[in-house]
Amino acid sequence: MNRIRRSLLGGLGAATAMGALIATGLLRAGEALAAWNKAAFDSKTTADALKSLGAVNPAASKDILIKAPDIAENGAQVPIEVTSRIPGTQSISIIADKNPLPLIGTFNFPAGGEAYVSTRMKMGQTSNVMVVVKAGDKYFSAAKEVKVTIGGCGG
Amino acid sequence: MAEATMKIRARMEGADVADVKVLMQHPMETGQRKDEKGNLVPLHFITNVSATHNGKVVMEAEWSQAVARNPFLGFKVKGAKAGDKIGITWIDNKGEKSTVETTIAGS
Repeated sequence: MNRIRRSLLGGLGAATAMGALIATGLLRAGEALAAWNKAAFDSKTTADALKSLGAVNPAASKDILIKAPDIAENGAQVPIEVTSRIPGTQSISIIADKNPLPLIGTFNFPAGGEAYVSTRMKMGQTSNVMVVVKAGDKYFSAAKEVKVTIGGCGG
Repeated sequence: MAEATMKIRARMEGADVADVKVLMQHPMETGQRKDEKGNLVPLHFITNVSATHNGKVVMEAEWSQAVARNPFLGFKVKGAKAGDKIGITWIDNKGEKSTVETTIAGS
């Protein structure tokens, strides 16, 4: 009896929470979630990924800070932190050069704000990790080598 | 429900910047891995993550299957104050979705 009442209340609570989320416009974000650069993610080389991102020959920049380990013992969980000090940074893309599909992800900052992101990625083998920043019509890049002891793809 | 698949923490860091950390529960299958029977586990990964600050989108991420399993995401929100709302929504390649919302804590 009590259990039924509880599950009913729980269901009601969830429904209310959902309604609140819709009301606050949080779920409107779902529309924006449709964008996914398939061509760039399907690219098998860094050069192709850059082309699909529209970032051919990005200029080397010292204003992109990459924090990643020199040696990653576990390629399945490689931490990476990127900060861009380039004014007007719109997006940060992370590319692991020797991964079968090099593009790890793109982080867009539609409102401007802090161009900083931290995540964990999989790396198949020791490779350069390239970060590409879009600011206005220009693209900038920086790279850091991460040595991988045990690969994190497949297996 | 949604809360079970995501953990979120938002805290003020300095005068007007909030530091947000999110842990999502997701297998992030690459489509390359084999199960114990030797069958390939189908591709299953989060493709998009969207972050809002008081309902306004502040960060949108597009991901590949190479983001690590049970993804961690950290980012910062400028122009924030304690008590503001931070929301995160992810969607994966199978159309599964999860949303979580939290309130920024003081530093």
